[in-house]
Amino acid sequence: MINASLTELRTALDAKRISSVELATLFLDRVAAHNPTLNAFITVDRDGAIEAARAADARIAAGNAGPLTGIPLAHKDVFCTEGLLTTCGSKMLSTFVSPYDAHVVSLLKAAGAVNLGKTNMDEFAMGSSNENSHFGPVKNPWDTTRIPGGSSGGSAAAVAARLAPIATGTDTGGSVRQPAGHTGITGIKPTYGVVSRYGMIAYASSLDQGGAFGASAADCAALLTAMAGFDERDSTSLERPAEDYAREIAAPASDKPLAGLRIGLPREFFAEGMAGDVRAAVETALEQYRRLGASTVEVSLPNAKLAIPAYYVIAPAEASSNLSRFDGVRYGHRAAEYRDLAEMYAKSRAEGFGAEVKRRILVGTYVLSHGYYDAYYLQAQKLRRLIAQDFQAAFQQCDVIAGPTSPTTAWAIGEKTDDPVQMYLSDIYTIAVNLAGLPGLSHPCGFGAGNLPVGLQLIGDYFGEARLLATTHQYQQATDWHLRRPA
Amino acid sequence: MSLTTEQVLRIAGLARIELADGDVEATRAKLNGIFGLIEQMQAVDTRGVEPMSHPQDLAQRLRTDVATEADRREAFQRVAPQTEAGLYLVPKVIE
Repeated sequence: MINASLTELRTALDAKRISSVELATLFLDRVAAHNPTLNAFITVDRDGAIEAARAADARIAAGNAGPLTGIPLAHKDVFCTEGLLTTCGSKMLSTFVSPYDAHVVSLLKAAGAVNLGKTNMDEFAMGSSNENSHFGPVKNPWDTTRIPGGSSGGSAAAVAARLAPIATGTDTGGSVRQPAGHTGITGIKPTYGVVSRYGMIAYASSLDQGGAFGASAADCAALLTAMAGFDERDSTSLERPAEDYAREIAAPASDKPLAGLRIGLPREFFAEGMAGDVRAAVETALEQYRRLGASTVEVSLPNAKLAIPAYYVIAPAEASSNLSRFDGVRYGHRAAEYRDLAEMYAKSRAEGFGAEVKRRILVGTYVLSHGYYDAYYLQAQKLRRLIAQDFQAAFQQCDVIAGPTSPTTAWAIGEKTDDPVQMYLSDIYTIAVNLAGLPGLSHPCGFGAGNLPVGLQLIGDYFGEARLLATTHQYQQATDWHLRRPA
Repeated sequence: MSLTTEQVLRIAGLARIELADGDVEATRAKLNGIFGLIEQMQAVDTRGVEPMSHPQDLAQRLRTDVATEADRREAFQRVAPQTEAGLYLVPKVIE
């Protein structure tokens, strides 16, 4: 049951071969056994999970089960959960019990999914290694001396180690795709605006987007279908009809199920900078895609190299504004001693935020300050358009874009903590996708040196989620990388 | 571009983040590293390019100006550091 797909779990629950309470207990016991090593969860909600599982069993018995009723999952601790600790990986919110549910959390509760707990993350989703958590780093289940990626490192590690079959995440610059790649699982970030940001603690609002982790594309499709949809309470939520993201997932129709699919390979992603073991795994995966009938064509994203500098203006600018709400007045940490209001703010924020969060707030404050706005923020927004236009030009020649998710496999814990810029550069292939607002997915495509997973990134045009998932599904029908599990 | 110590202190003041004296130089060095990366943007000629603030270039949706949320003052104030009689308490700002 631990390694079962959602389809298999659904069948077992519906046939009463296992109850939801038994299933939740199975996963909770795994969390209890492995979390002391992995540190993937900040909060485990055993009582809440058992109660939700009982309700799910009643629903199944009454014949009212939906696709996720009785299925255990974990939420990234960026999503507000009513009555449950919601820390966002920060000391600032280390005692914050949310008075309300995020939209995503309400949807999954209504679907009857069973929340096991809240997963560890880089503080306020700022990071690529999960080392920026007030609650300590998450360990990569494939090698516990290595990072799992970030910022949704806890969710990725939990799914990879089968502490939960599926988990939610968020992706502002790669925070779903990069940890999925480093932990050998599948993760999708949909088009900006598809998943409601209501109750998802804000980092950079024009880039933040909820996403889904699972072992396979099929599992991600089921979770995304339940998470997505218009929400009036998020002003950037898109008013579109509900979609079944699994609708194009089907058994292979022939030995060339991807015939006609044109995969674009950006010249810039295959230039220097990619490690040899990553390149080898990616090339092998592309060969597999060609065997499945797809054709590959070289495309160009000439401005992609500017994505990191543009992102490190736009995201910190938005963060400096979003995080101004943490002032020690309405919620969050308040310093014990201060002389006046100004000192209360400054001390509460100095004590409550970690080093990387402070750095990004300072960068954002500077680029938005008087006299610098045009040179930084406006210039970055113009580059953002050029980057988005590059993708549109590429999609004239191809249906999906493929490349590595990250330039290297997971690095050692502590290796890049003293050098923020080196850490930022590790997101070279994922960030441009957020700036353009496009959907992106990472799926496992092999192993590099040291038996560390390599991720392949697929990028789709706007609202191309179903196609990305179906394409990946065909690859996963012909390969077994997504079935490999860490020892 | 290189930030001076005074600029770092000014930004920290604007951001309402206290910087301990011993942390100023290390913060300045790290910020200068980040701005070194950001400066790559300036090499690109973006004359005539419209800034992009939303991935689909959509205007933000407006809603009717009516109350939609129930009064949950108690629930929201339960997570506040200090409240009294339904009000948030802060240090006195007017003498």
